Amino acid sequence: MTEASTPKPPVGHAQDAHVGPIGRFLRATEIDTRLLGMIGALLLIWIGFHVYGAAFNNGGAFLTPRNLWNLSVQTSSIGIMATGMVLVIITRNIDLSVGSIIGVTGMMMGILQVEILPAYVGLGHWSIWIITAAVGLTLGAMIGAFHGWLIAYRGIPSFIVTLGGLMVWRGMAFLSAGGKTISPVDQTFALLGGGPYGAVGSTGSWIVGALACVGVLWLLQNGRSQRRKHEFPLRPMWAEVFLAVLGIGLIIGSVLLVNAYPWPKGIVADYARATGQILPEGTFISHGFAIPVLILLMVGILMTILMTRTRFGRYVFAIGGNPEAAALAGINTRWMTLKIFALMGMLTGLAAVIASARLNSATNALGTLDELYVIAAAVIGGTSLAGGVGTIYGAILGALVMQSLQSGMVLIGFDSAIQRIVVGLVLVLAVYLDNLYRRAAK
Amino acid sequence: MSNNTGTPLVELRDISIAFGGIKAVDHVTVDLFPGEVVGLLGHNGAGKSTLIKCLSGAYKADSGDILISGEKVEINNPRDARAQNIETIYQTLALADNLDAASNLFLGRELVSAAGFVDDSAMEAETRKIMKRLNPNFRKFNVPVSALSGGQRQSVAIARAVYFNAKILIMDEPTAALGPHETQMVSELIQELKAQGLGIFLIEHDIHNVMKLCDRASVMKNGQLVGTVNVNEVTDEDILGMIILGKKPAKAA
Repeated sequence: MTEASTPKPPVGHAQDAHVGPIGRFLRATEIDTRLLGMIGALLLIWIGFHVYGAAFNNGGAFLTPRNLWNLSVQTSSIGIMATGMVLVIITRNIDLSVGSIIGVTGMMMGILQVEILPAYVGLGHWSIWIITAAVGLTLGAMIGAFHGWLIAYRGIPSFIVTLGGLMVWRGMAFLSAGGKTISPVDQTFALLGGGPYGAVGSTGSWIVGALACVGVLWLLQNGRSQRRKHEFPLRPMWAEVFLAVLGIGLIIGSVLLVNAYPWPKGIVADYARATGQILPEGTFISHGFAIPVLILLMVGILMTILMTRTRFGRYVFAIGGNPEAAALAGINTRWMTLKIFALMGMLTGLAAVIASARLNSATNALGTLDELYVIAAAVIGGTSLAGGVGTIYGAILGALVMQSLQSGMVLIGFDSAIQRIVVGLVLVLAVYLDNLYRRAAK
Repeated sequence: MSNNTGTPLVELRDISIAFGGIKAVDHVTVDLFPGEVVGLLGHNGAGKSTLIKCLSGAYKADSGDILISGEKVEINNPRDARAQNIETIYQTLALADNLDAASNLFLGRELVSAAGFVDDSAMEAETRKIMKRLNPNFRKFNVPVSALSGGQRQSVAIARAVYFNAKILIMDEPTAALGPHETQMVSELIQELKAQGLGIFLIEHDIHNVMKLCDRASVMKNGQLVGTVNVNEVTDEDILGMIILGKKPAKAA
């Protein structure tokens, strides 16, 4: 959401290319051309599905508030994990086990909140969701840390450790409840997965939007004063204003969008009955931002700060760029690797919270094949498998691209075989285009 | 000629290190005084770089002592070496190619704001200052160092070693990848740092540079020290003889 305000991402910019009016515009605003390319691709996919739906499927169903809202919820769990996968891939590792970790942490959380906690604190107690989510995050972090220890301190390649993890944790997920599905989850816990009740509503969305607008303005202002302090060249004022208007426009647009999707009639009636209110037929209650989407945004912001503003993030990039140099600069590369995998595991635990809450149950198949979508999202988002290069916003956009393709094809009625073929082709094509872009940018 | 009485700045005493049964460094003793340049010479594989990596913290010696200003110190990793004001310019430069000059210069020692976040603007400003002194033509502050020329990369590596008030500087073939003009700049820098009282270990293959820049030369062969000579008391042929034959010249013995 604040794509243009990072003053110094450690990746190469296209520079000194032919300077036309567009080139001058891009240079003044310092918008990453790669980001523009990704947004362009995303819009192309959205419009493509919409037009296809309109032409062959009686009415385009893609660009509707309802579908885009659902898309945002579906992206959350993959997007959260993709932000962690960026760090793993930047440091020249891979994590194939995230889907299975979702499975095992999801099952553990299911058992905990359905079979164990109610016996101690009582069914529906307010603390259940907090304890459950905390245990899920901790368990994920511990599994990730264990993988990281095997990789960093025992010298087993990450591919092998996490391939083993992929099988071991899926097996554990099955054994943990003998293959049973555990349902339903705690009511408060379920809100973390979205749905009509798991969204912040119209007023809440405007508050979130207002905070985000303040954030954008603060970032622009802060960047400008930092540059002035050190006498670096400033962006022209019109470019600053343009960025502010663009950022605020996008925020207001998305608030209007999520507020344009009303609760279904049945839910409104249920709600009226539950609260004892009398609501007239056709009452319009907005969904607003779904809670998992807000979690994703929060994770995205925190991870961006981590990667661009802290030593930890700087060391992640340094290890990816030249592991030997990082070690010679006094960076404890092994400890860093362990921490990166622990973070990946914790984010996977968070994704498991959202995935099982959204499903309102824990099954041992939860998260199957997610590792591939997560890796694909990170790679489509510009994370280089050679290491050293990648961005958080890219990975989230990559997750959105993957999910758009997926749900777009469902909407227009492609069967799952064709879906897989398309997703596979798009992954390869995206990496090829990225290679071309990087070569041109050099 | 430096004044070699009193306590040496660095003394590597009886250092040995072996890799898989091969003695890379075999009971070698060298020392270095303030304001002195000591050349480390020898064929490839003679053990110069390995010896020096024990001082920079990249390796840990199997046996032997490291003394800084007469005090025995433990150097177990690069951080320990940096804490002793030992800075190293590696032959490979040891730069993270995907990061810009400022990030490389401050790698592992980032300037942070009060809130604990890395202060990129401050680091860039400091980098601009030191580069103005070392390499006034340097302009590429906002690109990854992979986009820099060999000389520019070298000046980033040198800036990193010089910026943090090094007392002991290790330079592993600092001019190997440079053109004549840049080589000249490095020689001038070495003279300047020497005048400031730094001790410099210089690993160098070019015998003319050794004769020009070094006060003393320690020659190694097959992991062992052939001998240490005062450069102004020997000819370049003497030194070449030490390198090739492993024999110390009679008059300097």
